[in-house]
Amino acid sequence: MTKIMDSDLVRRAIIRIAHEILEKNKGIAQLCIIGIRTRGVILAARIAKAIKEIEGQAVPVGILDINLYRDDLTLVGSQPIIRETLIDFDLNEQKVVLVDDVLFTGRTIRAALDAIMDFGRPSSIQLAALVDRGHRELPIRADYVGKNIPTALKQNVKVVLSESDNEEDAVYLEENK
Amino acid sequence: MSEWTKRHLLDVEELSKEEIEMVLDTARSFKEVSSRDVKKVPALRGKTVVMLFFEPSTRTRTSFELAAKRLSADTINIAVNTSSLSKGETILDTARNVEAMNVDAIVVRHATPGVPQIFAHNLKSSIINAGDGCRSHPTQALLDMFTIKEKLGRLEGLKVGIVGDILHSRVARSNLMGLTKMGAEVTVCGPSTLIPVEIEKLGAKVSYDVDKVIKQSDVMILLRIQKERQKDHFLPSIREYAIEFGVTTERLKQGKKELLIMHPGPMNRGVEISSDVADGEQSLILEQVTNGVAVRMAVLYLVLGAK
Amino acid sequence: MLLIKNAKIVNADGVSDKLQDILIEDGKIVKIGVNLKADGYQSIDVAGKYASPGFIDLHAHFRQPGHEYKETIETGSKAAAKGGYTTVFCMPNTKPPIDNIALVDFVIREGKRVGLVNVYPIGAVTKGQQDEELTDMFEMHKTGCLMLSDDGKSVNNSQVMRMALQYSQMVGVLISEHCEDQLLSKSGVMNEGYFSTLLGMKGDPVVSETTIISRDIELAYYLGCRIHFAHVSTKRSVELIRRAKVDGVKVSAEACPHHFSLSDKEIKSFNTHFKVKPPLRSEVDVEAVKTGLKDGTIDCIATDHAPHSQEEKELDFDQAPSGMVGLETAFALGVTELVSKGVLTLTQLIDKMSASPARIVGLDKKGKIAEGMDADITIFDADKEWEVIAKDFASKSKNSPFIGKKLKGLVIATICNGKQTYA
Repeated sequence: MTKIMDSDLVRRAIIRIAHEILEKNKGIAQLCIIGIRTRGVILAARIAKAIKEIEGQAVPVGILDINLYRDDLTLVGSQPIIRETLIDFDLNEQKVVLVDDVLFTGRTIRAALDAIMDFGRPSSIQLAALVDRGHRELPIRADYVGKNIPTALKQNVKVVLSESDNEEDAVYLEENK
Repeated sequence: MSEWTKRHLLDVEELSKEEIEMVLDTARSFKEVSSRDVKKVPALRGKTVVMLFFEPSTRTRTSFELAAKRLSADTINIAVNTSSLSKGETILDTARNVEAMNVDAIVVRHATPGVPQIFAHNLKSSIINAGDGCRSHPTQALLDMFTIKEKLGRLEGLKVGIVGDILHSRVARSNLMGLTKMGAEVTVCGPSTLIPVEIEKLGAKVSYDVDKVIKQSDVMILLRIQKERQKDHFLPSIREYAIEFGVTTERLKQGKKELLIMHPGPMNRGVEISSDVADGEQSLILEQVTNGVAVRMAVLYLVLGAK
Repeated sequence: MLLIKNAKIVNADGVSDKLQDILIEDGKIVKIGVNLKADGYQSIDVAGKYASPGFIDLHAHFRQPGHEYKETIETGSKAAAKGGYTTVFCMPNTKPPIDNIALVDFVIREGKRVGLVNVYPIGAVTKGQQDEELTDMFEMHKTGCLMLSDDGKSVNNSQVMRMALQYSQMVGVLISEHCEDQLLSKSGVMNEGYFSTLLGMKGDPVVSETTIISRDIELAYYLGCRIHFAHVSTKRSVELIRRAKVDGVKVSAEACPHHFSLSDKEIKSFNTHFKVKPPLRSEVDVEAVKTGLKDGTIDCIATDHAPHSQEEKELDFDQAPSGMVGLETAFALGVTELVSKGVLTLTQLIDKMSASPARIVGLDKKGKIAEGMDADITIFDADKEWEVIAKDFASKSKNSPFIGKKLKGLVIATICNGKQTYA
């Protein structure tokens, strides 16, 4: 297991992403951030906090559980546990930034896009990921990336965040057997 | 509890405390889906759910159908008039015929206890019990528990009174089993002729005094009294039942302000429940209906995913 | 002409201490002894197995005429022979009910044509079993009825029952009463009790049986008549009959193997093979039935062999008909549930299955292996364990709740009227 990001790198990446979002969207007008359960929710909250610190104004933050939209429901062992989706603001004509921890095959994002569409018709959807590890199976790319990490398919990227894991922030590369 | 393993939902008895909690938690997530503009998720896309009803029912069937549709499953309703079942064809034949069309789940209601069990033993589809005779109505109990927990935050330690025709009520039985399993204390109340023998052994307290039950309860579930009970000698008259056991605003004054009133429907206004109670602030009757869809979505989702 | 060699003879009064031979001529037992020689006779060496008087069932349904898809006198006879029975009394709830001499005669003739067991028709008490007019009891008795019954239901009308008891006493025919107050049992499909409450099933309470037993005891006491109680199933019934016997009322009673083997908790399986009338009762009742058999309150064991087709038993529990086949498992259940558990000795079991029923109906040439008696003999292995398998039933119907169960005690051969009817 090799550490590829420590807590400082993670912190800087989030601040950079916050700046990039603001730059690309020219401020926070019509902007909202939606984190994908579980770690995307934490990252979304951090990005939102960084944006507030920069702009002095908060952006709406939502939580998305994509399990109901997965394309592999019939393949997984038993049904994944469904947690609440919490988007208590209108998505129509909004600029939505989806946040996930690791961008890999792209299937999670595909499910998230479908889910978002069921909530309304945003003017645009952008994607932020802490780590992009490659191996896309769908035509999806991230607009904001914390770090690109070339990986082998059999490897595993493990994201540790203090809020959920009770450990200092870090990103590890594991060898899967 | 992280994995659901039951392919069928036959009754509440077979569910562990953890499994009940899992259904209730999952239902909470599904309730949100029903509040969206687009009230549909693709979780059961391509699955076929058949509502096989050997007994007429509008509410339960509609609730199941809506639940299945909101999960993107295809649904078919089959209402079998048992009196027209030819002597040669058994219920199993009917069910096997339905299954032969490659369905994934059969939601079954039948006037005889145990029919869902027989189906589960003999068929490959997931079987969901939507009421078997006077025995069991698991999704009603689950939605009642969901509704109570949503309002009061817990089930453990609550005092629940179930009032009415306990003898003929699958809702009473399933709620009794479920609520006691979750740590609530259940008192069944009704005319002595409508309380089944030895129900104490199922964990119920028995009372013939509705006023006493009102005074002690956190929640009361009122059951429909059917007019035929008078004809079958269970009761002198519906009028006397209404006087002795009917829950009215006047009576409710003796109880806690927060006492919640539930009814699985359909109601006999003016008999077991007065109109002002049914429509009053303490009534959860319409919320039960709303929650019914979410709970049935949870059940369909979990049962159809179990391997 | 037949010679049975090396049998351990068991009668109601004991077991022979050495192996004996039984010589049979013209359907009678002519000689019993050691090392009997009989040249030219067919001989069967049973190699130390038990030989008992052929079993007598006072309560079976052969369904003919009318319900031949469930059973016929021929298939029923085969089942009886396989179960070790040599005499079977057939209940009259056929279609039409056996309520006249033409039908009585038909059953007797068909039984003889098949020739595997002695088939005795039980005549109806009331015409069409309609609880209104008495049947022609003299005529039916003279044609061959030793018993009368409206089995399937009680004679509900108390006045009709009074007259039936009084009249049948004069005729010399015994009434067997199915005790069930139908207004109390109503649509009950199982015993009313904890399990009916648990399962939400309609209950048939113990009192539906005991009210009729009480009424009939009072009628028999008042009239000085005999009466036989079919399929006694409850603790209270046993108590009532015990008391009646103490009081000198001329009552006799039978119990069925399922009522001493199974309790109402079986209904949890929703298997309709457990649906029967009277219903399987509580464990307390099961124990009381055993005690009644042990202390003699219950005189005999009858099967209430009630065949139903698979289609009928595949109906849901409310709709499926009541009853189970019993002829082929009765003896093994007696050994497994009564003898092995110390309720009865083997000789007592044989008494309950042969000598006692013979006494009740007055068949004085049956129920005992002795010189001069009818050559109705059952050969069995009391220790042999076997599994009940559906396809092995000789009965046309396979509705046994014991399928898949392992039982002890196996009938090896049956001899009826000096002829081997099963081996």
